[in-house]
Parts: sequence; structure tokens; C-alpha cells
Amino acid sequence: MDAATQSLISDAVNNQPQPTVTVLSSLLAVEDAIGYIPKEAVEAVALRMDATINDVWAVATFYPNFRFDPPTEHRIEVCWGPSCHVMGADRIIAAALDSLGLSDEGDTPDGKATLRYNTCLGACAHAPVIAIDHHLAGRATPDSARQKIADALQSAASH
Amino acid sequence: MATPNTADFDTILAEAQRRWQDLTNGDRPWIRIGTGLAGEAAGGFEVVAATKRALADQNVEANVSEVGTLGLCFAEPLMDVQTPGGPRVFYHNVTPELAGNIVRQHASGGDPISEHAIGYLGDRALAPDGIPHLDDHPMRSLEQRIALRNAGNIDPSDLYQYIANDGYAALNKALTEMSPDEARQEVVASGLRGRGGAAFPAGVKWGFLAGNPDPNKYILCNCEEGDPGAFNDRGILESDPATVVEGITIAGYACNANRGYIFIRHGHNQPIDRTRAVIEQAYELGLLGKNILGSGFSFDVEVALTGDSYVSGEETALMEAIEGKRSMPRYRPPFPAQVGVFGKPSNINNVKTLAYVPEIVARGGEWFASIGTAADPERRINGSSGTAILCLSGDITYTGLIEVPLGMTLRQVLFDMAGGVPNGKRMKLLQTGGPLGGVLSASDANLDLVLDFDVFRAAGAILGSGGIIVCDEDTCAVDLTRNLIAFCQYESCGKCFPCRMGMSHLLEVLERISNLEGTEEDLALMRNIGENMQAGSLCGHGQLGFNPVSSALRYFGDEFEAHIRDKRHTGDCPEQVFSPGLTRR
Repeated sequence: MDAATQSLISDAVNNQPQPTVTVLSSLLAVEDAIGYIPKEAVEAVALRMDATINDVWAVATFYPNFRFDPPTEHRIEVCWGPSCHVMGADRIIAAALDSLGLSDEGDTPDGKATLRYNTCLGACAHAPVIAIDHHLAGRATPDSARQKIADALQSAASH
Repeated sequence: MATPNTADFDTILAEAQRRWQDLTNGDRPWIRIGTGLAGEAAGGFEVVAATKRALADQNVEANVSEVGTLGLCFAEPLMDVQTPGGPRVFYHNVTPELAGNIVRQHASGGDPISEHAIGYLGDRALAPDGIPHLDDHPMRSLEQRIALRNAGNIDPSDLYQYIANDGYAALNKALTEMSPDEARQEVVASGLRGRGGAAFPAGVKWGFLAGNPDPNKYILCNCEEGDPGAFNDRGILESDPATVVEGITIAGYACNANRGYIFIRHGHNQPIDRTRAVIEQAYELGLLGKNILGSGFSFDVEVALTGDSYVSGEETALMEAIEGKRSMPRYRPPFPAQVGVFGKPSNINNVKTLAYVPEIVARGGEWFASIGTAADPERRINGSSGTAILCLSGDITYTGLIEVPLGMTLRQVLFDMAGGVPNGKRMKLLQTGGPLGGVLSASDANLDLVLDFDVFRAAGAILGSGGIIVCDEDTCAVDLTRNLIAFCQYESCGKCFPCRMGMSHLLEVLERISNLEGTEEDLALMRNIGENMQAGSLCGHGQLGFNPVSSALRYFGDEFEAHIRDKRHTGDCPEQVFSPGLTRR
């Protein structure tokens, strides 16, 4: 791990603005800072919180928003909650998988993008909804999803 | 935190009113653009950027604010222009290009562009030519706004705007005119029932905490809101977080508590950032912190974040998450009012519940109790006071967020307000109250159901969080049930096995039936699994986890039979059954 990343982790863990600091809040701070939870971060959180490495892993592995290897350049989320399901999320998921060359959620082989299924992105009134690099796009069609994914892959990395 | 300002409330209010006057009747127009969840999904941020570009290019002076949701989500992005002293003229489905035209023509001092306007708000005497009043739109026509009173009207990050619209009058009244118990009695008298799902009387629940002599007590506000199809909690926090911050402060006063947590899921920034912004300003103005408004009452509030986990909305799982652990429910007893978060007595309230509190204290419990349905002990109906905050999505003409008096019928909401199902299709079923709420058929009898917690429960549904997903005749009841159980299975926290295993088994059986491979024994098998989940699960997730199946069997049993016996689909089922990767890692 390079010194710059190590220092981002250290800053995130040790300089949290809110009064109540916990294992979970520390992990979320690391995720915000570098987009994933490397083992060095687990150690830093354990030290800061006076918890065991096991305690920290237990929390980190419970919440599916955490990942443990460096993020890809772009994050594509497709909602499959019931509002989106009723409005055709299946076709959006199929289009997203196809345009990324994937058969299930995960990273593309070239490491450029990650596809995640989401249980509710919150813009149910504009179902079906996708999120590209944390930016919501509603009333998606298979074509608009393909287009937005292609645009994202052409654009600069999101972080 | 900043040192408390010693300014008294009248001074703060005068400053807020001066600023509001400047915005609404100053020397330049005020442009407000919806950037709540639906606004963002429809392109609201692009409209904000285009508006700012056009103002600079055209040399037009205007104030621009990002606001939350007015509730008319179907019309987002919504942008409105208020020229000094004039009405607010709303434009719907605004594109960046249209935003530029609006700046050029209307904001620069010309007439509104009536062909793109959906309505205006303000004095009817000032009606612009050819534009209807927005309150005459079906979606607003039957509304009564209490918790959503400021949504879409104020900049949610600006506490002065909240105060200028009667904000903090209730806390000031409680601190100067009422004892803690008198404040709580107003909430008892209001009949306010918790809006998180269980519908327990909030004032009574506060009493459990108020009676505990521990000097450290916590009020928790639940905005986890994992219910797909419900976006009212986040809608309130991204549109008017100050009403929740004032509400939790009043709850703290009424229960002699000293600390509050507003609990939000990490990942979507607007509700979090906007809530944190008003908390910070409340500290600066002396409306939070030590010795609030010189009353001697001290209360701290902070935002606590959780990772992705539906079960963290369960009250004891939420406490685990605030403590930074896995959000798994605890055994009860001890109950939260004795041993809550960090081992201290705690009381948990939904966002909507707390959002009502300032108006209840300001206008009196009796006023709130006069809205809604009356008790009918013979039918085991306890009465539901106040309003319902409903999220309408799915196959419905007008989607969005509305606040209507309890007691209104589903038919009024879905047809008179939301315009029914589009494209000449028939309304088939309603999915209410989150995935665990199950489904209702859109039969005449069910459409005549009045919005009331106990009436819904008797019909086998949950009003709960207020999400209503409307499905037309193309929706297959079996396929939707499979989707709901896939959600429940994915979100089972895994602590107790009746839920963890039961959900997985139910999903397996439902996938089999959806793929036309089900057998006659499968229905009995599902019932057996469901009974065990209900009897053996630790929290509501497992106890209510069979609801989607039992309610679907009750109303659409024939569709299950068609899949099993006739090997026939009963709607527009997806060719390939999609359920997400098996469970939590």
C-alpha cells in the first residue's frame, strides 16, 4: 500500500467530524475516502476503536456496500425493488449486463466498471431507476441505460 | 460545536422574516428547482446548472435555490420563478434548454411561458394569464399538508427559511409556556400514532422514556427507510429536515432526554447533507446545545449513518448500528426504554412521526386529533389521527408524494388524485406498506378501504410506511410475490434461522412456481414455512415475512393454481426469473 493511501485511511479514521465515532462510522469514512476497505484500514479501525480485527471484519462483511479491493472507475447500479420491477427492471438489468459483457453483478474483466444490483435507489416515482457513478437517472429504458453506460465508460473516472 | 448564541427567539425570528422578505419581495426573482430524489432522477441538477449558466449569460440577477420535492414527482424536474411580490409559476419536466428559455423570457422580467407551466401558487388575484392554480391540480386538490408543509417551498439547508415559515415557534412555546409533561400531553391528546409501521401511540411511548430517571437518555429518529416504494422519510429530510430536528428536540424536552440521533442510510447525500446543515445552524442560533433559548434545557443532535441493511430499520437493530455493530435485532426484554443505545434508555420514532410534532405542539393536540378517523371499538378500530404521507409509484398516471387526511378512501387517492392507471389498462393490485406489507387486490371493496391503520390491518395489509405501488393487469401476482420474497430473503440479517432459512426456502419454491415447475404440494409447503417463520423469528422481518405470500394467496390464489396446474403464466412475466445473488456475504 502506498503512503498516500495509508494517509487517506488514517485521516478518514482519525478525523471524523461527528461526536459519536464507531467501528461502522470509521469504515464508512474509509469507504468515502478511498472507495474500499483494505486490510490496512481494518487494522487502523481496530486500533482507533480498541476493537479486535475480527470485530471489524464482522461489521465490514455484514454490510454489502463495502468492498475489499480497489474500486473500478465507474459504478453502475440498477434497482430491482418492486416499483422498478413492475416498471420493467428486468429488461434494464439485462441491457446493463449485456452492455458491460457481464453475466452477473460484479466488475468488468477490464476493471473499468462495476455493476451492482440495488434494492431501492429511492426515486420510485421515476421507475425504473439506475444510478451511474452515484447519479440517479429515472424512467430508464434498455436503450437509455445502454447509452448512459456507454457515456460513462467514455468519461473520466468518477473518483 | 459553536458556542450557543444568546439571542432570544424574537430576534432570530425577525432576522428570518427579513431574509424571507428579501427573497420573496426583494429586488430580484427567486428561482427554485427540485433536486430531491425524483428531481435528481429526472435531471434536476442539469437544470440547476443550465439555469445558472443562462443567468450569467443573460446578465439576469436572480436568487437560485435547490429545494426538495413538492410531491409532484411525475412532473420533475420542477422549476418555479417568483418575481418580486408575484406568484410562483411552476414549469414541469424542465430540460436544460427550457430552463434557459425560462431565464431569458420570464426571470428577466417578461411574462411566464404559459405553455410549459403546470400551475402557479399564491394569491388567486395575481393569477397569470392561462395558467391554473396548482392547488386545482388533482394531485394537490385533496391534500392537507402538515409534515410536508414546507416541502418544495423552502431551501432545506437554510434554517432561517424554516423559521420564517413558523419554524421553531413550537419549541419556543414548549420551552417558555409548557412543562415537559405538558408538551408530552399535547402529543398524547393528538392521538399521533407512530408512522414507522407499528402505529403505536407516540405520546404513550414517550411516557415510557419520560418515566425513567436515568440522567442520560436518547431519542432516536429512524430514517433508515429501506422499504422499496417508500421515499417519504428521505423526502422529508431532503425537503425540510428542520421540522424533524425541531421535532426531535421537542421530544427530548418532553422525555427529559439529552441526546438525539437521526439515523440515515449512507450512500445518498442530499438527506444527509441537508440534515447536517440545519443541525449546524441550529447550534449556531442556540436552538440546539446547552441551555437552548436560555431555558436551561440542553439537547444535542447528530446524524448517525448506517451501511446497506434493511433490517437496521428495526428498532433494536438500529441501536446496534448506531453503536457501530452489525445491525441485528436484540432479544427483548430488556426493552429500549430501559436499555437502549449504548445501554441507555432510548426511544425511537420514525421521521414522519417527529415531523408532525412541531405543528402538534404549535396548534394543539386537539387540532391534530380532529383530522382523521374515529375509533370504533366494536370493529377493533382505535382511530387514526392526522394525515397519511403516501408515496405513489408503479402503473399510475401521477406518481409522487402526497399528504392526505386519514379517512380518505384508496379510490379517492388513486383515481381522484393520482388519475388512475394510464393507457386504458385495468388496476389489478396494490402493494402497500413496504415488501412485508404484502398485496391487496384492486377490487371495489378494497378501493373503498379508508386510510386507517386498523382498517388496513383487518384487510390483511399494512398502511405502514405509506408506500403504494400500483400494478396494472399486465402484472403477474406470482412474479411480484417472488420479487418481494427475493427482497426479504436478500435483506434477512441472518441472526435467527427461521427467517434466514425460511426466506431462502420460500424463494426457492416461488422461483419453481414462476418457472412453471411447481407442484401441488408447494402451496402447503409455503404455508408450513410461513407458520414457522411467524412463530420463531426474532423480529418483524421474519414474523411478517410470509405476508407477501399469504396476501397474494388470499387475493390471487387462482394465479398460483394456474402456474402450478395449468403451467400457464398470468401476466407479463419476465422470460428469465431474476433474483439477486443469494444473500448477504
